[in-house]
Amino acid sequence: MISKNIICTVCPLGCGIDVSLSDKNEILEIRGQGCKRGLSYAQAECLAPARVLTTTVKVEGGGSRLVPVKSDGPLPKDLLLDCMEVIDNVSVKAPVKIGDIVFRNILDTGINIVATKSLN
Amino acid sequence: MDYDIAVIGAGIVGSLIARELSRYRLDICVVEKEADVAMGASKANSAIIHAGYDPEPGSMKAALNVRGNAMYDRLANELEVPFKRIGSLVLAFTEEDMFTLKTLYDRGLKNRVPMLEIVAKDRARSMEPNVSGDIIGALYAPTAGIVCPYELTLGSVENAMGNGVDLKLESPVAGIEYAGGVFTLHTPEQKISSRYVINAAGLYADAVANLIGDTSFSIRPRKGEYLLLDKTQGNLVGRTVFQTPTAMGKGVLVTPTVDGNLLLGPTAEDVESKEDISTTRPGLTGIIKGALKSCPGINLQEVISSFAGLRAVPSTGDFIIGPSKANGRFINVAGIESPGLTAAPAIAEYVKGILRDTGVGLLPKADFNPHRKAICRFHSIGDADRKKAIMRDPRYGRIVCRCEEVTEGEIVSSIKRPAGARDTDAVKRRTRAGMGRCQGGFCLPHVIRILSEELDIPMDKITKSGGNSVILGEKTK
Amino acid sequence: MMGGGSAVLNVDLTVIGGGPAGLAAALEASENGVRDVLIIERGGELGGILQQCIHNGFGLHIFKEELTGPEYAYRFIEKVIARKINYKLNTMVLDISADRVIRAVNGSDGLVEIKAGAVILAMGCRERTRGALNIPGTRPAGIFTAGAAQRFVNIEGYLPGKKAVILGSGDIGLIMARRLTLEGAEVKAVCEILPYPGGLNRNIVQCLKDYGIPLRLSTTIVEIHGRERVTGVTVARVDEKREPIGSSFEFIECDTLLLSTGLIPENELSRKAGVLIDPVTSGPVVDESMETSVKGIFACGNVVHVHDLVDYVTEESRIAGKSAARFILDGGAYGTGLIKTRAGQGIRYVVPQLIRKNRLDNDMKLSFRVTGGYKDVVIAVKSGDRTITSVKKPKVSPGEMESVKIGKIHGDSFKDCDLITVQLENG
Repeated sequence: MISKNIICTVCPLGCGIDVSLSDKNEILEIRGQGCKRGLSYAQAECLAPARVLTTTVKVEGGGSRLVPVKSDGPLPKDLLLDCMEVIDNVSVKAPVKIGDIVFRNILDTGINIVATKSLN
Repeated sequence: MDYDIAVIGAGIVGSLIARELSRYRLDICVVEKEADVAMGASKANSAIIHAGYDPEPGSMKAALNVRGNAMYDRLANELEVPFKRIGSLVLAFTEEDMFTLKTLYDRGLKNRVPMLEIVAKDRARSMEPNVSGDIIGALYAPTAGIVCPYELTLGSVENAMGNGVDLKLESPVAGIEYAGGVFTLHTPEQKISSRYVINAAGLYADAVANLIGDTSFSIRPRKGEYLLLDKTQGNLVGRTVFQTPTAMGKGVLVTPTVDGNLLLGPTAEDVESKEDISTTRPGLTGIIKGALKSCPGINLQEVISSFAGLRAVPSTGDFIIGPSKANGRFINVAGIESPGLTAAPAIAEYVKGILRDTGVGLLPKADFNPHRKAICRFHSIGDADRKKAIMRDPRYGRIVCRCEEVTEGEIVSSIKRPAGARDTDAVKRRTRAGMGRCQGGFCLPHVIRILSEELDIPMDKITKSGGNSVILGEKTK
Repeated sequence: MMGGGSAVLNVDLTVIGGGPAGLAAALEASENGVRDVLIIERGGELGGILQQCIHNGFGLHIFKEELTGPEYAYRFIEKVIARKINYKLNTMVLDISADRVIRAVNGSDGLVEIKAGAVILAMGCRERTRGALNIPGTRPAGIFTAGAAQRFVNIEGYLPGKKAVILGSGDIGLIMARRLTLEGAEVKAVCEILPYPGGLNRNIVQCLKDYGIPLRLSTTIVEIHGRERVTGVTVARVDEKREPIGSSFEFIECDTLLLSTGLIPENELSRKAGVLIDPVTSGPVVDESMETSVKGIFACGNVVHVHDLVDYVTEESRIAGKSAARFILDGGAYGTGLIKTRAGQGIRYVVPQLIRKNRLDNDMKLSFRVTGGYKDVVIAVKSGDRTITSVKKPKVSPGEMESVKIGKIHGDSFKDCDLITVQLENG
């Protein structure tokens, strides 16, 4: 059995939630949440923690060297550094429009990397 | 080429000597180990032009202090360097202090310091309302002043170069040979030949003298730490405010700077290493304690920076200026601790005399120009001149350092001039970009970009102060 | 007009600063009838600090979406352009007088003098520096404020170094801990002098815990080492008086130090205009309309007090914009019936510092920060012994700006009062 302690980030209260997991990573028990949202958060954090990735991508041509980007959905937490390596080798040609997809379906997650700024 | 004179050290002393000698038809070079001029004590001192009552009468310090003090108006004017003769007060809190004031006063008279007077508490406090109510009297010296020491060093070097002097930076002298009336200085990039050598190498003057077998003196580093406060505190006092001196030095002072900041310090601590310019917790607390004694109302929330410098303390107790016993053509100018900055112009004059007595022919140059034009500072000029500057170069309309109102035009100029800036600290000393309350938070990326463009060096190779002080890491992509 | 000329412009509303505060204020004024608006921005683009805040978390309140900084800025920039609001980039305001004459400069217009019908101060803030912190040691390359490092990473595209220690657990420091790690640098520790972290829990989790970066509370930096470049820092634990404990000194090897130890409202121009500054916030004293002590000069955003959420900057700036519009269009009659607000027990400051009774049409927000972390408290708004309103809070901390609404429904409570105190009481 594995025990995890999580700080819920849904609201500023930051409840400390204790989760017990089986060796097969099934949730056995969740305690300490202050509300339903906290419960869902704890479940997600244990079973499939995911994060939106924000970073920058090289731009060719135009006035700026970089364009800020984000993943258009949360990526599995343990893939973030691998995603960064992929993005390191990506470049996009100016001009770029906010919302443009600069990289599709990163690491087969179905998530795209999109520009968060327009550049000439 | 064979130089007539090689000056080792581009601090205030070496620079003023080079400038003085550049009046004459001599081939002169200044050899400096760091990436810029004024990198030793010349950029980390109290910036005070002392009246001259501190040194022992009859000492070299005394004579050169008073003579140097008198030379500052003209010098600052010729080199377009800010200098203000604001006067100074030495505060007395006890009867013992008053006795010390009397001693200083008598010394001052013997040293021929003009206009000294001992003033009573009320007069002192009406002159300086923010000085402690616990004082019982003060020594007032109207001839004391404040200057920008690294700007003065730079101005001297620029003027010297304008009059034909060569400057060799990043050239530490590792060895000196002497044969057939000519010295050969060994630096990493080249060998420099010269008939005479002026040893103005500051902390390392003893090491340089050793290179020709002169072991007659040693230089010990004595650290002084400082606190610099925002310009909002700059008119807390109108004069430099001292406390009574001790064996270690003149004690903690409170002084406005020529740029309008407030400077507190220095401490005095003998240290082991000639490279140790770190500030310390006891040092900084010591300054605060000392400064608050003089001016209890200092707002310490307004500290913007702290730094330390090392005094070159001579083993002989006085300036060491004269031909070396090991070689009469090697002139030592060593142990120039306080009142070194004040004495520097007089030291240059004195060294010229030594060279003449040693047989160097001093034939004046017809085209010697004593004037050096400083960088045009947007902050300091009126609207009409600002408009003209922007018309000539739109970069004078782009303010890069908000805190000190420094434009891109000035920063570019600081890089392109003779002895131009090659790193961000050098830009800072020449333009004040980065010296304000945000300490470069806004302007640093712009200064790095401008240096990179003007010097054609990638941004991640730009340094803070030469050598390995690279500022940025790798590119992110 | 080519450089070297000097233009004299008459502009109804001049907004100093084109960041989130200035943008929202300018738009609101424009949407409330001011046709002649000019935004003056020192940077090369509108958006201010948001353009380098490429992370998300912005807009949850205003747009009910989670946006990155540049996306949030774009929502406003888009409208500024659509409404043809004028703006000058790469332009620095040099001076402003109490009678609203602004002097500015840029490379193409040269010196510009602007006579403004009303001014909105939206200059934001600067970061606390190493010098101001008095950290002893050497002065090598490799020391950055967190915001300056953020600019280098996100705009210029350079890491500040390879191995970093971060001082200060405010949000900027936490965000940079993650950013540096994602870009391949090593963050060895985040040190925080207080016994609790300064930033949002969300950032503690997503910036530190996610990457195994240690958070060292009650820890500060007592010395910086390295001659030319940082070689390390000495950290120490601190006692209840926040004094370093000698026996706990520890050397951490690193080549970079990031400082995230506080933001200071940038009020040099405000002072030049003679605006009264609150010594606790370091920003202008403002009333419920965000008007300063100088008639016709308004202020909003981080220049008034440092915010945690840009959404609240937008809200506050819209008030300033609307008030400036009213001033310009209706002639600026002063509100009457002055109430002062005061920070009581447990509260560090309250904004606005003044309320004019006759302007209490709608609910208004009193924003404040608490002096320490507390649980299960009541925030009470009092007039003498009378409680005007109170709110229960399970948790409050200095790192999160709080607010309480007061308004016409409390109308009678305000009739005779000239001083309102916001204070913490036990729950």
